[in-house]
Amino acid sequence: MYNTPVADAALRACPDCDLLQRLPDLEPGASARCPRCDLELWRRRDASRQLTLPLTLAAAVLYVVANTFPMLGLTAVGRSASTTVLGGAEQLWHDGREIVAGLVLLTAVVAPALQIGFMLVIGLAVRRERVPIWVGPLLRHHPTTRTWSMIEVMMLGVLVALTKIAELATVIPGVAMYALGALVFLLAGVQASFDPRDFWDRIGWAEAADRRAAASGRLAEATR
Amino acid sequence: MSAVAVSAMQHGLQSCEVCGLLSRPGPGEEEGRCPRCAGELVFRKPASLQRTWAFLLAAAISYVPANILPVLTTTTATGSESDTILQGVVLLWSPTGWPLSLIVLVASIMIPSAKILALGYLLVTVQRGSIRNNGQRIRLYRSVDLIGRWSMVDVFVDAFTAALVQLQPLMSVAPGPGLLFFAAVVVFTMLAVESFDPRLIWDPASEEEAHDG
Repeated sequence: MYNTPVADAALRACPDCDLLQRLPDLEPGASARCPRCDLELWRRRDASRQLTLPLTLAAAVLYVVANTFPMLGLTAVGRSASTTVLGGAEQLWHDGREIVAGLVLLTAVVAPALQIGFMLVIGLAVRRERVPIWVGPLLRHHPTTRTWSMIEVMMLGVLVALTKIAELATVIPGVAMYALGALVFLLAGVQASFDPRDFWDRIGWAEAADRRAAASGRLAEATR
Repeated sequence: MSAVAVSAMQHGLQSCEVCGLLSRPGPGEEEGRCPRCAGELVFRKPASLQRTWAFLLAAAISYVPANILPVLTTTTATGSESDTILQGVVLLWSPTGWPLSLIVLVASIMIPSAKILALGYLLVTVQRGSIRNNGQRIRLYRSVDLIGRWSMVDVFVDAFTAALVQLQPLMSVAPGPGLLFFAAVVVFTMLAVESFDPRLIWDPASEEEAHDG
């Protein structure tokens, strides 16, 4: 059953301490913090709608490059080898560490793809005057994809591995490595320019859509 | 003395953690749906303390084999050698390699143990209904949430070392059984953080304020 919304749209509860408070109307770039626990409740982003989409598009291109080109190459005593991002998960699987392989696949490949994909669809959908209702579930699950997308952690891991192996063999950083490095900064930029409140304010309400669907269902029944 | 409610729950209001909308459930209802985004609404995360304890215990148990069992086995023409996480840190320690060694030490050994201790402290103080150091406790919770993911570093180091160093019979590297438990520590502590409801830290303070106000 749907809840009844409060009449005052500026009324908010802090997600970290549940303190009831009224959000002030902010100038672009300004932010509001909870007076009790100091959590940043809202930062009004400057040009959020204009920036988010191009940054996400660039991130999508880099993601494809990062996953198609070799990431690390190695030469030692006349022999050479190279690996891609997927190769890291693949080798774990071959060595019988299927669960860890799945985790690497999730955090390095699947979650980042979902994160970028969701953001791309959200960014395209909000260019319309009225934000379509199906954007809701994407916005809802976007934080989860962010939690499990660990490109920046993988980047540090790759740098450590590279330095470790460099003592035994000649290591050549591949194209994917540079793409990943740039991707880390682009994803941070997407996050910094994204203002979810701006999207929620313009989205169609789930309850109203349900009512409309129910009403048209009754209408169809009546005319049959 | 009039009671002044300070938290949304005391007002009978539920806040949507997805879209931030504040709404009132039907009379006598504990759960509802957000009229804007259709997300499920509750006053507090269900069984938050039990779930957090369960994930925390699972993480603490996995922490032991994660540190005892080898995470990497190096095979060369002369034989093979297995290293645990700590041995990996020691091996990396050299006049030039010490910064990396430090990164692995912090990310793989200090962060996971600090996370387990911090979550245990938060759980115990919430269960005792503590109203002291609320500001510090919420900052502790936020840092655990922020830093936790970085302990995955060692999983990636071992995955890519093993993927790259495949020069049989000259030299090859394979992941060891410890890696699974180490990954389990990271995942279980992340799930524990997710299950914990930070608002529980503030509920006793809200009650106190309501009575004094």
